[in-house]
Amino acid sequence: MTATTLTAPAAAAPPAERTLPLKTRLQRAERRKKLLHLALIAPLAVFLLLTFLWPIGALLKRSVDNPEVVGGLPATAAALAHWNGQGLPPASALAIFVKEMEGARGSTELASAAKRLNTEMTGYRSLIMKTARSLPLPDGSNLQEGLAAIDPRWSETRTWQVMARAGQPYTSYYLLAALDHAVDADGAIVAATEDQAIYLDVLGRTFWMSLVVTLCCLVLGFPLAYLLTSLPTRSSNLLMILVLLPFWTSILVRVASWIVLLQSGGLVNQALQALGLIDEPLQLVFNRLGVYIAMTHILLPFMILPLYSVMKGISPIYLRAAQSLGCPPFQSFWKVYFPQTLPGVFAGSLLVFILSMGYYITPALLGGPQEQMASYFIAFYTNETINWGMAAALSTVLLGATLLLYVVYSRYAGQGRNATKAR
Amino acid sequence: MLQAYASPLERTWFYAHRVIAGLILLFLILPILVIVPLSFNSDSFLMYPMAGASLRWYEEIIGSDVWRNALLNSLIVSPAATLLAVVLGTLASIGLVRSDFPGKALLTAILISPMVVPVVIVGVAMYLFFAPLGLAGSYTGLILAHAALGVPFVITTVTATLQGFDYNLVRAAASLGANPVLTFFRVTLPLVAPGIVSGGLFAFATSFDEVVVTLFLASPGQATLPRQMFAGIRENISPAIAAVATILIVLSTLMLLTLEWLRQRAEKLRTGKSR
Repeated sequence: MTATTLTAPAAAAPPAERTLPLKTRLQRAERRKKLLHLALIAPLAVFLLLTFLWPIGALLKRSVDNPEVVGGLPATAAALAHWNGQGLPPASALAIFVKEMEGARGSTELASAAKRLNTEMTGYRSLIMKTARSLPLPDGSNLQEGLAAIDPRWSETRTWQVMARAGQPYTSYYLLAALDHAVDADGAIVAATEDQAIYLDVLGRTFWMSLVVTLCCLVLGFPLAYLLTSLPTRSSNLLMILVLLPFWTSILVRVASWIVLLQSGGLVNQALQALGLIDEPLQLVFNRLGVYIAMTHILLPFMILPLYSVMKGISPIYLRAAQSLGCPPFQSFWKVYFPQTLPGVFAGSLLVFILSMGYYITPALLGGPQEQMASYFIAFYTNETINWGMAAALSTVLLGATLLLYVVYSRYAGQGRNATKAR
Repeated sequence: MLQAYASPLERTWFYAHRVIAGLILLFLILPILVIVPLSFNSDSFLMYPMAGASLRWYEEIIGSDVWRNALLNSLIVSPAATLLAVVLGTLASIGLVRSDFPGKALLTAILISPMVVPVVIVGVAMYLFFAPLGLAGSYTGLILAHAALGVPFVITTVTATLQGFDYNLVRAAASLGANPVLTFFRVTLPLVAPGIVSGGLFAFATSFDEVVVTLFLASPGQATLPRQMFAGIRENISPAIAAVATILIVLSTLMLLTLEWLRQRAEKLRTGKSR
């Protein structure tokens, strides 16, 4: 393509163009080439924008969206936005509220607004429903007194503050909840009560389990990658097939196999009993241990491949030089060889860690309730309780952590990645 | 490898390392070996020792509407998603390798980001986005989703291949009078084809093994093979699962061997050229 644009003008360009200075013509050709390349990238960029980036952006936006009260009581939310939050809202705002409640009675929008208000203050849903049923107020009565007669909570500043806050178009409620925090009635950020604080625990568990899996992969992957590097090409290629075959096998096949292997009458328990190591079958699956074993098995190739490609590039001369200078073998391995493998260690560990943070299938099929990671709760809030705000907030936290690590990974470990994918 | 002058300690360590590495290889391959014989079990237990050999579980899955439907769904979704990912990914790779503009690294990172974003997030995001458009529960939605997940693999393999591609060949073709389109199909494409095929295999494997996004997007009638396996493992794990697993293992072995063959062929071509 380049060639035509560079050579063609001299022979075939129209006379007008031939009179232009060579520099201008070259610039034009360059520009045309650049546009052509951008045009090649564009279809994919547009495709991913529409099917991937936009949906994810929309999901992230849901973590700060606050549509329920604005949707159910739009005029009230607008009126309360001008209120200073002291005492009670002005009579004009109360009038708007009463009128809007009358009109919205029984609507699904009002029900979802009430549900949303209830998450901020317990009992708000019944307050809204009760008030909607008791309206309209008797003619000519004072709005403030009339509302207080329906329920005394309407004369409390806090009730109105909660509505004003929930009536804002954006909220930090879900994101704070995902980090076990909440805004209290005075607008201060406080830690959630103990019975509600579950998410930091889930995130901590996600990190901890990913860390354990990464370390297991490193401990198993390093010696194997080292052996593959030191063997002659023919045998190392053969053994590499044993690494790549599990890599290419469906994750669900491997999960099923591990259930078969680890169940109480499975081969592993049979072998341990035959060796006399245990009397009773051990519980090896549907608990933390089973998840660790299967996840390590699934992610091990992602550790071995970058390690192998880095180790392959390390010249054995350094190790020989160290030894010929009198360095003992173990020390020369540790001080001369090992530091050179660090880029591979780094790339493999980050890759395994990033991938395991997002795991869903393996813990869901092989673990108990205590093994479920962040992904499980995102799916749970989407499918079971239909709390999209919470699902979006947890996604935001998980995606933030993942992307942070991915930036580190692509900056420091680009080599390892290319090597992995080229296989 | 073991020098003749190695000390006893070094010798011990040398053999210990081989034994350890052998055990790790066993750990890697054992789950794949163990499930294959159980698919021929005449008994309905997934346990050793086996009662006897039979093909009843294969007969069962071939006769089952659920599994046939799942296979059919997979054979609709995966090839279509692969084709889309390969075409879009290959074009973009050519553009990426040949051009240089500010923000290219960032764009590349974005184009391969479907590989690192946790797949549950992708599933939820696509479900919430596709549902109002009527794409949730449709083959189109599923194909688009799987193609997006496969694109990064096409980009990484094809850009790697293109980086080793000699552009003088394109210039030579042009100087001999070939137009750009002809040059692409007669010169560029045959030379980078192995890279495109491996990228396509990766994309196919990704789609063929995808279950999480499918869980969110597919309607019950659109359950793919892995989606059906997920349900099977969760509800009632029987030798029928082992039979499906065995078929999938055979398939992944074939894909792996194809890939290795392509790699060795490419290596031979490269070394042949340098001579």
